[in-house]
Amino acid sequence: MRGEELIAVVTIDDTYIKGDIPIFFAKTEEEQARVAQTLAKIMQAMVHDLGNGVYVIVKH
Amino acid sequence: MEKYGLTISLGILLGTLDRLYMLRSDYRQYPGYPHGFVTHVSLGFIASALGAVAIPAIVEKQFAAVTFLALAAQQFRDIREMERKSLAALEEAELIKRGHDYIEGIARVFEARNFLVMLTSLATSATMFFFGMPLLSLIVGIFFILLSERLMRGRVIGHICDVDAGRLHFKGPLLMVEQIDIMNVGLPVMREKILQDGLGIIVKPKNDNARATIHNMGQRQAIAHVAATILGSKKDVDTPEFTPLVRKDVDNGQIALFIVPAEKDIESLIAAVERVPVLESAGRAPLKSKAGRIASD
Repeated sequence: MRGEELIAVVTIDDTYIKGDIPIFFAKTEEEQARVAQTLAKIMQAMVHDLGNGVYVIVKH
Repeated sequence: MEKYGLTISLGILLGTLDRLYMLRSDYRQYPGYPHGFVTHVSLGFIASALGAVAIPAIVEKQFAAVTFLALAAQQFRDIREMERKSLAALEEAELIKRGHDYIEGIARVFEARNFLVMLTSLATSATMFFFGMPLLSLIVGIFFILLSERLMRGRVIGHICDVDAGRLHFKGPLLMVEQIDIMNVGLPVMREKILQDGLGIIVKPKNDNARATIHNMGQRQAIAHVAATILGSKKDVDTPEFTPLVRKDVDNGQIALFIVPAEKDIESLIAAVERVPVLESAGRAPLKSKAGRIASD
């Protein structure tokens, strides 16, 4: 199996996420979903929901 | 040469017919494009020529000719290599991969068919040589053609497993088919789309052998590939959410197929999955060992 790659994170709440990866902030959940979808389309990657309001974009 | 004319030509004729007959049933495994067709018929012709001359060669005490049969076997191994390479190269362009196991299976089939062709032409020419009756040798040839078709018919998933429809639903962001997790889908729009257009299938192994077989990732990839080939798939390069996936229930060994087909038809999907060939390289039979039987109850 090929390795997965975490490309970016989209979040509303900045308390959950820190580190050396691209982090995109959004103000509302709709904006968050939209930004995540756009990023995923651009990167041909997939959006996953961590369940705590953080979306990660992963290339499979 | 003249006295063996009929023996050899009947052998070649029936052998080549055998190869043609087996090409007919190929479309599922391989798109029948004209050049592949020509290649395989030509190689089938060579194989049948080798089978047909074997007996006259022995009778004429041309034992060197018989050693050519060994050379032929080598040739046919190259066919496997050729098929494997070309399918592996084409795999790059497949959105839903065949997988190495399926490719290996197809390549082996192509190799084996040539040996069956040799057998058919050998049997035909032997009948002609020993009994001298062209009609009888034709009948024997046709019998062997039918036999080789029978021999090449492997088992399919429907023989070893029960295939049923499974309900697609979400547990939070987690997509599930009945009790089996498939994947985490983040975007609400994609979740809606999946519930609207997706289909789920549950494959229940009939015994421990079947469970071990569908445990194999190559076998599971083949199931996803065949399903997507027959029903189409809405997946594109930028929608990995629609990738057909096959995942296992770790507790009971059942597997679930998730697919977003172009044609949403559950009956057709069940029929397609039931017809997926059981790959030679994936087949396992733990029940054939004593240790496996102890664990089976």
